[in-house]
This record gives sequence, structure tokens and C-alpha cells, in this order.
Amino acid sequence: MSARVLVGVKRVIDYAVKIRVKPDNSGVVTDGVKHSMNPFCEIAVEEAVKLKEKKLIKEVVVVSCGPQQVQETIRTALAMGADRGIHVEVSGKDSDTLGPLQVSKILAALAKKEDARLVILGKQAIDDDCNQTGQMTAALLDWPQGTFASEVVLEGDKLKVVREVDGGLETVRLRMPAVVTADLRLNTPRYATLPNIMKAKKKKIDVVKPSDLGVDLTSRLEVLRVDEPPQRQAGVKVETVEDLLSKLKEAGRI
Amino acid sequence: MPFALLRRAHKLHGTAWARVARRRAIDGRTYAATGGALEQVLPAFRKVTGDDGVSLGAVVREQHGRDESVHSCCPPDVVVWPRSVEEVSALAKICHRHGLPIIPFGTGTGLEGGVGAVKGGVCFSLRKMDRVLDLHQDDFDVTVEPGITRKALNSHLRDTGLWFPVDPGADASLCGMAATSASGTNAVRYGTMRDNVLNLEVVLADGTVLHTAGRGRRPRKTSAGYNLTGLFVGSEGTLGVITKATLRLHGIPELVLSAVCSFPSVQAAVDSTVQVLQAGIPIARIEFLDDVMMEACNRFSGLSYPVAPTLFLEFHGCDKSVQEQVAATEDIARDNGGSHFSWAQDAEARQKLWKARHDAWYAALALRPGCKAYSTDVCVPISSLPCIVVETKKDLKENHLTGPIAGHVGDGNFHCIMVMDPEDPDEMQRVHQFTERLARRALSLDGTCTGEHGVGLGKRTLLQEEVGPAAIEVMRNLKATLDPKNLMNPGKVV
Repeated sequence: MSARVLVGVKRVIDYAVKIRVKPDNSGVVTDGVKHSMNPFCEIAVEEAVKLKEKKLIKEVVVVSCGPQQVQETIRTALAMGADRGIHVEVSGKDSDTLGPLQVSKILAALAKKEDARLVILGKQAIDDDCNQTGQMTAALLDWPQGTFASEVVLEGDKLKVVREVDGGLETVRLRMPAVVTADLRLNTPRYATLPNIMKAKKKKIDVVKPSDLGVDLTSRLEVLRVDEPPQRQAGVKVETVEDLLSKLKEAGRI
Repeated sequence: MPFALLRRAHKLHGTAWARVARRRAIDGRTYAATGGALEQVLPAFRKVTGDDGVSLGAVVREQHGRDESVHSCCPPDVVVWPRSVEEVSALAKICHRHGLPIIPFGTGTGLEGGVGAVKGGVCFSLRKMDRVLDLHQDDFDVTVEPGITRKALNSHLRDTGLWFPVDPGADASLCGMAATSASGTNAVRYGTMRDNVLNLEVVLADGTVLHTAGRGRRPRKTSAGYNLTGLFVGSEGTLGVITKATLRLHGIPELVLSAVCSFPSVQAAVDSTVQVLQAGIPIARIEFLDDVMMEACNRFSGLSYPVAPTLFLEFHGCDKSVQEQVAATEDIARDNGGSHFSWAQDAEARQKLWKARHDAWYAALALRPGCKAYSTDVCVPISSLPCIVVETKKDLKENHLTGPIAGHVGDGNFHCIMVMDPEDPDEMQRVHQFTERLARRALSLDGTCTGEHGVGLGKRTLLQEEVGPAAIEVMRNLKATLDPKNLMNPGKVV
């Protein structure tokens, strides 16, 4: 099959890091903090590479939006087996306010430009937990979507997607081109090995600007304040049931 | 008050072992070792670590007085959490001035009671010092603080193509692994901690900060002076507190392939192992499970492996090399009567194939619900392995003991997972005697009484038998030189 797959990846604070809120409550501390590829994006890349290994698609193009550092994340995807990368350069203030709406406009424009048959994304990013980009991209392209995918099977020109939903598993069949978002159980992403990291250094990463794609980056959202969750208060031990009842009454609970 | 302590002390007991420790706790004189010294030092401790870096809480102390062995809990008198090597040194100086024992604590996943505070004292929990300090990708080395665990380090390294392969099973702290000279399933190819620690920063009992190979040095090899790094690896906290380790990293294998094969006898399985090694096949993991263990695993995990001595194998390398390795190994296995050779490459399929080996501990426990398990740990030259395993199985049968066997046969190391009823003192006694017989059997075959778990509380006598009086004398002299007041983890090793 001569199909091309577009995979979107996001550079986020590493899942193992203890998040700290900035003293001015404007956001979280990101300077000097370890960043890596969003875990669901890793699963998306793995799925695309698996499709290529099964010879069901021809090329895997990985995209990331953000400042210079996202090229590291693109390189990791290339080391996992993607063929080439596109870095959509967004820096400074714009990168702070970059959200699902702008990214989905960028991905939709790229999907058309690169003539992609399939767009695979992680279901959500672990920093904002938005779970919107895949769905918005599909809407902008007017393509079908298979979100929370735990299984993806190519059947000719159709795509069978098993989705993890609240009630269990839902199987849908989509006409291609389509958008899929990866959930946890879709696959186990491979590690980037040294020989592949070396090979990835030679693969191409094109740099484009959002304006080249006709995308306006203005955000319609403004973050007012970021706070840590409230500290857990010490509990109170009581000796008798009577004490418990009187304390609950005092607190206005009963 | 004393009665309450007595009652609490009684609850801490699991087994008939560690009689010294039990007597100490039952006396109720938990502060016996320290007397009034503790009250004097607490303010000094708090000044170093901050108020939340010191705890006298009973539960906290119990948590830091036990590991995953069957030895009774020996809680320290106080637990402190230093945040830097400067704080460790300052705390050590205070302890040294007042003669307080110092017990370093990583993750408490040891198997030989190494963290038990048999003379009370101060537990130095290194949990807050958990950073990765210096990673040098091109040089394949990394320096870490003592509290970071091996899984956390490997997660940190996952995008670099490098990993730290020593895998003792538990998610132990790396410096704890250095202190016990840990090993694991990968040792046959990647070595043990002894081969993978390049440099250590250690705080001695008097607060001196020592760099065993020189500050910041990390050449891949050296002939400079006495091997102090090697001295501290495996010293189990009896010579100093490890506050930094520089570790050797390896490339993540391009391809991992797992295989399983059944054999008609223990001899056949071990002969195959020896031949695989002699053929120069760079096998990554070669694990042996005996028929009792396979039966337990089948029952526990709902599998249907043949109930026979079985080898679990893992191959690392690039595509062509792995295929060659597998083919050569399959030939050897067949020549020795091996059957049901199956292999898998995909991550999920490999997990399934090795499920029996992964769940071995729990499968053994499930044989007799309500019981506890103790893992023996002897290591002999590989050629003696069939002999010792056969004799050990005979011993188990004659004494009506439950002891399925799992082993890293590539190193000649095997574990009997002794499943025993903690409420049955007769069985506990028989298990204890069995493990002594097993250790002596290994020693008689030119082996060691502990392949990877360490000496800890229970194997000091065996250590003396193993290395002999001259070596013990040298060890004691070294200990006396580095720790003349015997404050570092007293009661362990020597």
C-alpha cells in the first residue's frame, strides 16, 4: 500500500517528575526539568511503525509543534522507526498558549499537504489532559475518527477500530482517510536502541512555520491561575462513637 | 509501659530466627544502646535535616527495621532523612561523637536482614537523595544518588538507548544493590554489581567523605592503587554509607527473544547450560525451574507446561545474531533430550512465555496459602550444579519440606523457595537446619554460601567457614581501620 501515516507527538514533562507550581501561580516549573515524549504519543508512533513493518503503509511522518527542543522528541520517534519528521516552529509566548485547537488546525493542514491516509495521535497529553486534538483534527478534515483505540486493523480501504469506552469495548469500522487516537492498551512501545538512534540522526526533519500552513495561533483561552491541590490535612482520632457523633455535629455534617 | 512494649515486641516476631534480636526487643529496652544519648542528639539531627527529616514514630521505625527476609523486625531508635552528602556527613559526625550505631537504608528489599538495627541506633534513610546526577551517554556511564531505584533509572534512560541491566527482581535502590553486591537473571551476560560499579562516594563512620576511585573519575578501567571501590561493593553498610555511585551502562539490545525448553532430567538441563556457555553463545538469561516449581507455576498461572526441569532462555542482539544464537541453542537442547522448544519475539508474547518464571515466587507461596517463603541462595561452579541440585531435592524430600527450585544456572546459582508455616516451630527449625546443610554442601563443592543475597544477619558463621580464618582476620582488621567504634551496621557480615 502506498499510504502515508501522519503521527503527532508532544513534548511534555516526563511522567516520573514531581511537578511543582511556580511561586507566582502562573504555571508549573519547566526550566531544568526532564521532558520526554508523551506516553500516549509513544504508543501512537509504535502503532504506525508496526503498520509499516507489516507493509500495510509506506511511510511514517512524525510531526511536533513547539520550540527548538521538540526536535529531540521527533528524533526519538525517528529512532523508533518513523521515516521523517516535521517540526512546526512555535516559540515564545505562542508556545505557552499553544493548545488543541491550534494544533489540530496545523495537523489538518499537514494531513492535506502530505496526502496522509491516516492520522494517529495519542488520546491525550499528560500535562493538560485535554483529550481534544484528535477529535478536532477529524472534525476540521471532515474525516471519521476512532478514538481510545485499543486495537486497529486495516481491512482494505477500511479501518476496524476497537475503542475502550466506559461501558466496555466498542468496535467501529471507518472509511479511510481517518483519525485514530491511541489508548494505553493498543501496544507496548519499543525502546530506541543505540544503532537506531545513530540511524535517526541521518533522517530528515523539515522545519515549517504555522503561517506557512495558513494557521492563526491566537489562543481563545487564557490561563488565570495554577494552584497545587490542597494539602492533605491531618485527621483526628476519636476514642468512642459518642465522640465521633459529637465531632460530626460540630462540623455541621449531621 | 514496659508491658505495652513487650506486647508490641511480641507482635513483631515472625520466626524462630535472629534470637539475639528477639531477646533485645523483648527486653523492652529499645533505647538500651543509646541511653540518654538520643535525647541529646535529636536537636542536633533536626538542625541538619530540618524538622521533617527526623522521626521517632513507632511505625516509621518498624518500617525501617525490617526488609523482605524472614528475620524479625529490629527497629532503630530513630530514622533520619538526609538530603545531601553534606547532611549525611554531618549526621555521621554527630553519631560518631555519641557512639550511636548507623544503619543505611535504601528500599528495604533485602533478603538477609541487613537493615535490622540489632543494637538500636540511627537509621539513615537515603530515600530523599534520588537524583540522577551526571549522565555521559557517549561514555556509557551515569552517576546517581543512593535513593534512586533501578527501574526509575532505566525509565530516566529510556530515550538514550542505554540501560542498567543488573536485575535482582525487586525494584531496589542502586546503592543498596552496590552495598549487597546484587546480581540477578542478567548476570551471565552483563555481570553483577561488582562488574558495573566504577566509583563510589562513601561517608565513613566519622563523617569523612571518601571517593573510592577519586572524585568524579570514571575511566572504564584502571590500575591505580588498591581497589577501594571493590571493597565497598558488598560491604552491606558495615564500612560506610554510600552516597553516590558511578555505574557502567550498556546498550539496550536491538532485539530480545525469549525461549522455553523442557528436559528429561536436571542433569540434561544443566549439561545444556554448560554446553551453551562453552559454545560461546552470548546468552542473556538462562533460568532453571525444577519440576516442583513448574507444577506450582502451572497451577498458579493456569499454564500447561510439561512438569519437568525447564530452562527459560533470553537472547539479546541484532536480528541475524539472535537467530543464530537461538538455532545453536536449540541444537544443543535437542542433543540433550530437550523437548517442547518454543520461542517468542514480540513483547507481549515474550511476557506470556516467561510468565511462569516471573510469577515463580508467588506460585511457590500459593502452594501453601498462609505460609511465608524464604529463598536460599547458594552458588557453585557450574559443573557441580547437577550434583548439588539432585542432593538438595533428596534432602527436601527426606525432610518433608516444600522447596521448589529456581536458579540462574548460567552462574551456578540457584534458590530453593522454602515455603513454611511461621506458626510451626518444628518446621521452621527443620528449614533452618536444611539451609545450613545446603550452604555447607555448596561450600564442600568449592562454592559460596551466598551467591547474591549477602551475608546479613544469618550467614556470619557460614562466611567464616567459607573464607577461612586468615581472610576473616583481614576483613576484621579492615573493619577496625575504617570503623574502629563499630558503629556502621553492627552485627552484620563480620
